[in-house]
Amino acid sequence: MDFSAIIPALPGLWIGMITTLELLVLGVCGGVALGTALALMRLSHNKTLAKIAATYVSYFRSIPLLLVITWFYFAVPFILRWITGVDTPVGAFSSCLVAFVMFEAAYFCEIVRAGIQAIPRGQMGAAYALGMTYGQTMRLVILPQAFRKMTPLLLQQSIILFQDTSLVYTVGLMDLLNAARSRGDILGQPHEFLIFAGLVYFVISFTASRAVKHLQKRLAV
Amino acid sequence: MNYNWNWGVFFQSTGIGSEIYLDWFVTGLGWTIAISLVGWLIALVLGSLLGVMRTVPNRLLATIATTYVEIFRNVPLLVQLFLWYFLVPDLLPEPLEMWFKQDLSPAASAYLSVVVCLGLFTAARVCEQVRTGIQALPKGQLNAGYALGFTLPQVYTTVLLPQAFRIIIPPLTSEFLNIFKNSSVASLIGLMELLAQTKQTAEFSANLFEAFTLATLIYFVLNMSLMMIMRWIEKRVAVPGLISVGGK
Repeated sequence: MDFSAIIPALPGLWIGMITTLELLVLGVCGGVALGTALALMRLSHNKTLAKIAATYVSYFRSIPLLLVITWFYFAVPFILRWITGVDTPVGAFSSCLVAFVMFEAAYFCEIVRAGIQAIPRGQMGAAYALGMTYGQTMRLVILPQAFRKMTPLLLQQSIILFQDTSLVYTVGLMDLLNAARSRGDILGQPHEFLIFAGLVYFVISFTASRAVKHLQKRLAV
Repeated sequence: MNYNWNWGVFFQSTGIGSEIYLDWFVTGLGWTIAISLVGWLIALVLGSLLGVMRTVPNRLLATIATTYVEIFRNVPLLVQLFLWYFLVPDLLPEPLEMWFKQDLSPAASAYLSVVVCLGLFTAARVCEQVRTGIQALPKGQLNAGYALGFTLPQVYTTVLLPQAFRIIIPPLTSEFLNIFKNSSVASLIGLMELLAQTKQTAEFSANLFEAFTLATLIYFVLNMSLMMIMRWIEKRVAVPGLISVGGK
């Protein structure tokens, strides 16, 4: 094994890493936003809304992420055409991002829901008593507290998403893993590059989950 | 880009032999189930062993198990799969390597890699569940076992594990469902399991929405029914008197 070829290839791998990180950050932001909306739907008094959100969650939680990524890669261009009526070229990046946001939202929804449910009921009542509307109550009182409580869980789920971004390999998007695979193949050293990619994923995930555990202890009451 | 809906596509000939598209799905589902079950067997046995190792009063064993869990939990599944499929065979002794690369059919060697990969990957998760289950039991159980003159292995096999497993049925169920879903990565090393067959059907017939809808339905229905079966089993074997099982 000779790892010396990796050093000159680092700039190329870094480009892959940026794609991975972009997918991660945008995926987490979108996923948390959609997940929060779904959680509010699940907890609302409107039976239909609650039912829709519950179906959405159990649907996405029972199919593989890889299936969703592949599905969306093929389907998003068609769907966009039906909606807009014109051919809209969609890159692999956008379709993967949509897949991640929709898939992760189901998992984030459950985390947010548990976070909201952990807030004492009296907080709601107190906010209403002060004359706040539902939107104000959620925005100013409930959600800020809930998010503080569930930060560790949200971060943990983000670490899982970080690892899962490697699945975009299936549609040929050049993320860290795919960049390492293709560089390794070109240079005739697939093993070294694969091990290197694995190490990078490991170091980041390991450090991050250690940090999350630390945070969890500090936040614990 | 006009799309021709055709839900009858599954009963049409694929043009290869006398197969219809539905046959492809059945074959794919067969592979998916074969991967999940054997992978689960490995995960359960190895995961239980590791889980026990993390709880026994022996630093070395605990450290080994913890290291295992950290490594297998922090490397993406796909990277692990590539390592098992592309790298590990090269590290095997000559006769084994030749056997893997030449004597085995491509499907068989991909199957072997994916089963080992998923088994070891999931074992790390099962380990954590088993450990949680054992640690959730009152300390008195262990001491009572000792007081009755049991040895440590006896305490584990007759007192701790039977109770721990009954507590952790729900998380173990979700790990099994995960292995079932994760088995779809096998499509990336060329094994024709359910997802790969779906993609192939989509490409051959050009009816991609129908193909992916059917695949989604298969995953969804199997997942839901497994979950219901496990919920029923969970109720049947619940340890009476524990809060965690609820209702009793």
